[in-house]
Amino acid sequence: MTVENYVIRGRVWKLGDNITTDHIISGKHKFAFIDDVNKMLPYLFEEVIPGFINKVSPGDVIVAGSNFGIGSSREQAPRLIKLSGISAIVAKNFARIFYRNSINIGLPLIEARVIPDITDNGDILTIDLKKSIVINETKNVIEQVKPFPQLVLNILLNGGIINLLKNKGLDAV
Amino acid sequence: MKKELANHTMTEQILSLNAGRKVQPGDIVTVKVDLVYAHDGTAPLVISAIKDEIGLERFEPKTSVAFFIDHVAPASTVNAAEVHRKMRLLAKNNGINLYDVGRGICHQVAPEEGLVRPGYVVFGADSHTTTLGAFSSFATGVGSTDAVVAMLLGKNWLKVPEPVKIKFEGSIQKGVMGKDIALHLVGLFRAGSMTGKSLEFDNVDSISIDSRMTITNMATEVDADAAIMPTDKKLLNYYKFELGMEVEHITPGPRAEYADTVIVELNNLEPLVSAPPNVDNVHAVTEYEGVEVDQVFIGSCTNGRLEDLEIAARILNGKKVKTRCIVIPASIRVYQKALSMGIIDVLIKAGCVVGPPTCGPCVGAHLGLLASGETALSTSNRNFPGRMGHKDSKVFLASPATAAATAINGKITDPRGYL
Repeated sequence: MTVENYVIRGRVWKLGDNITTDHIISGKHKFAFIDDVNKMLPYLFEEVIPGFINKVSPGDVIVAGSNFGIGSSREQAPRLIKLSGISAIVAKNFARIFYRNSINIGLPLIEARVIPDITDNGDILTIDLKKSIVINETKNVIEQVKPFPQLVLNILLNGGIINLLKNKGLDAV
Repeated sequence: MKKELANHTMTEQILSLNAGRKVQPGDIVTVKVDLVYAHDGTAPLVISAIKDEIGLERFEPKTSVAFFIDHVAPASTVNAAEVHRKMRLLAKNNGINLYDVGRGICHQVAPEEGLVRPGYVVFGADSHTTTLGAFSSFATGVGSTDAVVAMLLGKNWLKVPEPVKIKFEGSIQKGVMGKDIALHLVGLFRAGSMTGKSLEFDNVDSISIDSRMTITNMATEVDADAAIMPTDKKLLNYYKFELGMEVEHITPGPRAEYADTVIVELNNLEPLVSAPPNVDNVHAVTEYEGVEVDQVFIGSCTNGRLEDLEIAARILNGKKVKTRCIVIPASIRVYQKALSMGIIDVLIKAGCVVGPPTCGPCVGAHLGLLASGETALSTSNRNFPGRMGHKDSKVFLASPATAAATAINGKITDPRGYL
């Protein structure tokens, strides 16, 4: 279940293409509670999956289409997803800043070509970060994905870039 | 190394010089970061990372660091006021330049203060940091943690993007603005198409510095890592006469290799709008003429500059707006220049509300949010559902000229009839 074991297994929340950072957490809610990320949690995916925070279980994963996380640089977006208990996101591709932000806080993002097309809400997914494979157990489909660059894997395995610097020193980046 | 790089793209030149070795697209490299900044939307997580996650009360920034209080400025909530207080304290304790309430929007103020120079690598904790590419820098938007790493280390990692060349031909016609060029590019490329790529512009002579900033500003809407304008005479003059600075030249080599080259005919361009619900839903303004709007907003890091207010005033001179029209200069310097030129007077006489320098309603935080069912025409950069208020409100994006003409009629209007 943990990144430390390199394997993540969870139930799927399925989303579509072009989920923007405004869909994840809108600017108006972000700024209303700008001093405390935890207070933004009830508004996570407010318009996309109403009541998401009461429905999600720890370890669940998100599977989405193209351009996940486009828009703002707000790091509250991946932080809220991680705080909600989501353990990884699989999508066709991710916006650049969202990708960096997620990796930096130790939330694994996996780019896959097949899994997003064949996966439905509620399916069970297993992700092996070290072997770079994603398995949809419900549909019995295995996809080999592109391995993480070494630096990115190091950041993830340390639980984020701040932890990496704390664990390995300032020359780790 | 400079000589070795003479035949390369601007992206490769800047990143190689900052990496201390020759780099090529696809390389994962650590680069020296020359300027890092954050604002009151991204600074809270910068502060909590430094104080809570790392446990530092004081630190020595390893590079030039700036904080801007621009998103909710002046504070509209107690929570925002608390963030501002923490930013001032951290800045004071650690020798960080702080640009407080009223100074203006980060991407406008940074160049006004001479914080960016050609050849710089800039990590700004705001997606629209690409704006600074108008000053021949590799300026890229990042999150708060990336900004912290760059502040503490003076460096950070990145994947060298693949440069794409955009060559302008001809010049824009009356009533067409830099914003229309930006919207054209977003509509042409579509959202998310430029992930892992940098845009490099060629033949920009006919385009003003203000317009260049509008174009590089919106490069993030196609997810480009950076958008770089070459150093030309206009830019050198800007540095010399506005800032009294002599700067490096960054231009691509004659044999620079690009992943793709796109030619944009400026002569044929017409005023455009981005229709809800996505920025890349770009159409000719004529397709939407007559759509009624409840609010017009002229401002933001995309279009709150002097040329933007100037054209709005030219169109609104002697007229009255039919819909509420909010005008917010991007910085206090823009505001002062507009005042001295009589622009603000014209706008107020036309019935506009002129606000203090801030991001304003663009991000849905304050100064002009939309009610359910309302429609706005805005010169800002995003029109996602609920961006500027209620989830059932709509936002059209357009140039300040189109915005001013629209305000006169209370419905979307082609500005060419007013110039």
